[in-house]
Amino acid sequence: MYKSWWKILAVVLLVYTFTAGILIEVPRNPQLQETIRNLFFHVCMWFGMMILFIISVVHAIKYLRNGKHVHDIASRQYAGVGILFGLLGYITGAIWMSYTWVDSNKSFYDSFDSIAREPKLIGAAIALLVYAAYLVLRDSINDMDKKARVSAVYNIFAFAMLFPSIWIIPRLLPSLHPGGSEGNPALNFRDSSMNMKLVFYPAIAGWTLVGVWIATLKIRWRLLYEQKLMK
Amino acid sequence: MKKMFSITALLFLTIITTAQDIEMADGMKANGKIYVVIAVMLTILAGLVLYLVRLDRKISKLEKINN
Repeated sequence: MYKSWWKILAVVLLVYTFTAGILIEVPRNPQLQETIRNLFFHVCMWFGMMILFIISVVHAIKYLRNGKHVHDIASRQYAGVGILFGLLGYITGAIWMSYTWVDSNKSFYDSFDSIAREPKLIGAAIALLVYAAYLVLRDSINDMDKKARVSAVYNIFAFAMLFPSIWIIPRLLPSLHPGGSEGNPALNFRDSSMNMKLVFYPAIAGWTLVGVWIATLKIRWRLLYEQKLMK
Repeated sequence: MKKMFSITALLFLTIITTAQDIEMADGMKANGKIYVVIAVMLTILAGLVLYLVRLDRKISKLEKINN
């Protein structure tokens, strides 16, 4: 294991998240109750996804500038882990909303049609599908250089699509999800208390570092694999 | 004026009482069982981290052989 200090930091931060995240005093909100603690898990998945996608697009631009194959591999693997985090965020969000958003007089399935119209859900689904198309596009081109160049360009487009789909449009439309017109979800002052922020920011760092760790493992594995193919 | 005062007092009282009515996992914290949940979560985390560490070591070994 090389350069392992930040891996240890990631584990320490996650242990802190898992213990303090359950034990600290949280605001008593009639709608959320204890589920407000999902802030340390569900929301961090989305933050991790955004940071991993940013790293991915930086590598894509680097590849287009200097044509080094390592950047192409890095860009692909960071995007892959970013999609994984996004899917986890989506699934955890689905579990969370099925307890807090549904009409308590109806079953989950009966109130699903109103939930399915949530702009936040549709936007996140669009963003994830755009990135899924990135993987499909990559695998459909056989020529290695063309594959790398086309997918780097598409990666920049996919990153640009994040702006309207998850950052702009969900803020313009009314939604049950917190952080519509009143500011950024989870970051504004009414969504959480001061001591929740003491866990929330380390949690984002911990989850993101674990994502980076997985991505670096995949990059190193991929480099070994391609060395083997070249021989 | 007096009416106003009593209405605001009533309003505050309802806010305070509803704040206490909100059901939280207070019981779980009072009898300490919440630590069981933390133990389970930390075990899963430890398992996943150990898996990642082993994977990291294996890849490092392969890199050493290859170079």
